[in-house]
Amino acid sequence: MLKAPYVTNYLTEHFGDDAFGTLAGYVKRGGYQAARKALTEMTPDSVIDLVKNAGLQGRGGAGFGTGLKWSFMPKQSDKPKFLVCNADESEPGSFKDRILMERGPHQILEGIVIAAFATGAVKTFLYVRGEYAFPADQVERAVAEAYAKGFLGKNILKSGFAHDVVVQRGAGAYICGEETGLLESLEGKKGQPRKKPPFPAQYGAFGMPTTVNNVETFSHVPHIINKGSEWFRTLGTEKSPGTTIFGVSGHVARPGLYELPLGTRLDEIIFEHAGGVPGGRKLKGVIPGGASMPILPAGQLDVPMANEFLRERKTMLGTGGIMVMDETTCMVRVACVISYFFRDESCGQCTQCREGTGWMHKIIERIERGAGQPDDIGILLDVASKMEGQTICAFSDAAAWPVQGLLRHFREDFEAHIRERKCPFPESFEL
Amino acid sequence: MVISAASREKIAAEIAKYPAPRGALLPALHIVHAEHGFVSPECAQELAELFAIRPFEVLEVVSFYNMFHATPQPRHQVRVCTNLPCSLRGGRELLRRLEAHLGVKTGEATADGRIRLGHEECLGACAYAPMMRVDQQYHEDLDVEKAKSILDGLD
Ligand SMILES: Cc1cc2nc3c(=O)[nH]c(=O)nc-3n(C[C@H](O)[C@H](O)[C@H](O)COP(=O)(O)O)c2cc1C
Ligand code: SF4
Ligand code: FES
Repeated sequence: MLKAPYVTNYLTEHFGDDAFGTLAGYVKRGGYQAARKALTEMTPDSVIDLVKNAGLQGRGGAGFGTGLKWSFMPKQSDKPKFLVCNADESEPGSFKDRILMERGPHQILEGIVIAAFATGAVKTFLYVRGEYAFPADQVERAVAEAYAKGFLGKNILKSGFAHDVVVQRGAGAYICGEETGLLESLEGKKGQPRKKPPFPAQYGAFGMPTTVNNVETFSHVPHIINKGSEWFRTLGTEKSPGTTIFGVSGHVARPGLYELPLGTRLDEIIFEHAGGVPGGRKLKGVIPGGASMPILPAGQLDVPMANEFLRERKTMLGTGGIMVMDETTCMVRVACVISYFFRDESCGQCTQCREGTGWMHKIIERIERGAGQPDDIGILLDVASKMEGQTICAFSDAAAWPVQGLLRHFREDFEAHIRERKCPFPESFEL
Repeated sequence: MVISAASREKIAAEIAKYPAPRGALLPALHIVHAEHGFVSPECAQELAELFAIRPFEVLEVVSFYNMFHATPQPRHQVRVCTNLPCSLRGGRELLRRLEAHLGVKTGEATADGRIRLGHEECLGACAYAPMMRVDQQYHEDLDVEKAKSILDGLD
């Protein structure tokens, strides 16, 4: 089981208490009061309005407005409507959804019940990545408890509202985190993303209207219902309210999870909370939001961790997975590891993505070996630019961005490899 | 029949949860792996019958996902994470040392069919690197000695 976060806030406040994972422990801490309030005192529209006013943005990586997304679900539908809880968490550097499942499964389920009420969904498919066996067990246990005590099923909290939750385990494919890849996988197929439109709200799981939200997104919802949208907006920034759970990894003294308001400065997270770089070494670069997001160099860490500020520096919050690299780090090796991942995980449907990820990795690997050609950097930039904005899903962009970021800020590392015909960073991490 | 009656019962219970039977194909494949460790051609045939699809459609799905196998597997799958956060904290060194310890290369199985050593992409344990997955179990905050003794303790 994961260690509780080093810094907690409303999502993770009770994660040090093992009982919080059980129904009784959750109820003792005020759990399911928000669901009761929503189902018995509110209308679906007033729930959607409240979440809209709170300004909650999806925490799965894209940051789309949650209330707005819910409002896309057709009000009248002769087909059943579904929700999907995206628990496929596989973005390198991310491990927040895991702790939410391990330590707070009922918080997720309560968020699901409220979202189901707001959108009129009859069933939620909670799709957990296959490797997350223990977190999936915790969620399944919580689902069984919730059914037994009337928090899920036919007549939830005696309100007349019915909702089912089905847990499905994935089987090891990053692309199943992309929402339409997930839908295909849920239907028992290869997880190859669908062309959009139609969007899931019209044609989603099994062809039915569907809303997909991330585990953390659902977890915020009960708190918004309980404490209101104004309270939620007291945390975070004007454009990005609330907290998120940052996962800090790599070269820091205290790697781990930190629940902090959005807009907390990146340097504060790294140096004050995570204890800075150990061994008296200097920091070289930081990837702020999971492997898909472009890197920032040491001189640009005074940035509030919210998309409106990160965008100015050509990167994004992504999943809040912060990866810290010290001065020994070879950025060509970093590019090599990341480009290998994307080459391996491309689903292969789109030529630009399939070929582009392959070429990028091949060229980067050759540069690292000392066999790089003078025009390799130009080729890399050209390949990366052709991978953007033209494919079925955003995976291809997500594969291009980190390489572009590394070349933007650490081009000299690449040039030195080509010039010296070897890797000039003997102390860097092993490849 | 290769798929046991008990597994068939579990598969039927999964099928009942979905609006279309095929939704239960991944759950069914997990059930079959728990029983046999892989999907044999006979198994694929039986699954195809259960789901009213063609055997190649079953195998196509099997081959798409890393955790499904169409051939018999060693008793244990040991996967060391080599994605960036783990690499920054010694993940690749750990993998190299375990290769030497087991006398195999990454991707290979030991001659006694006990362990397949592999690498894995990020497993969501980045702050507790280096780490490895042994079958369904995560082992975190490893050092080489600790990892070796975990492998030595496998049957
Ligand atoms: C390649 C790729 C992988 C993704 N992986 C995940 C994932 O593991 N978990 C997740 O919640 N969202 C993931 N997403 C984002 C989803 O497509 C989707 O936007 C999200 O689940 C919506 O939930 P939210 O609005 O609550 O953030 C991924 C997107 C892409 C393009
Ligand atoms: S962009 Fe890549 S991952 Fe996405 S659908 Fe196309 S080939 Fe598949
Ligand atoms: S990189 Fe190894 S667990 Fe994330």
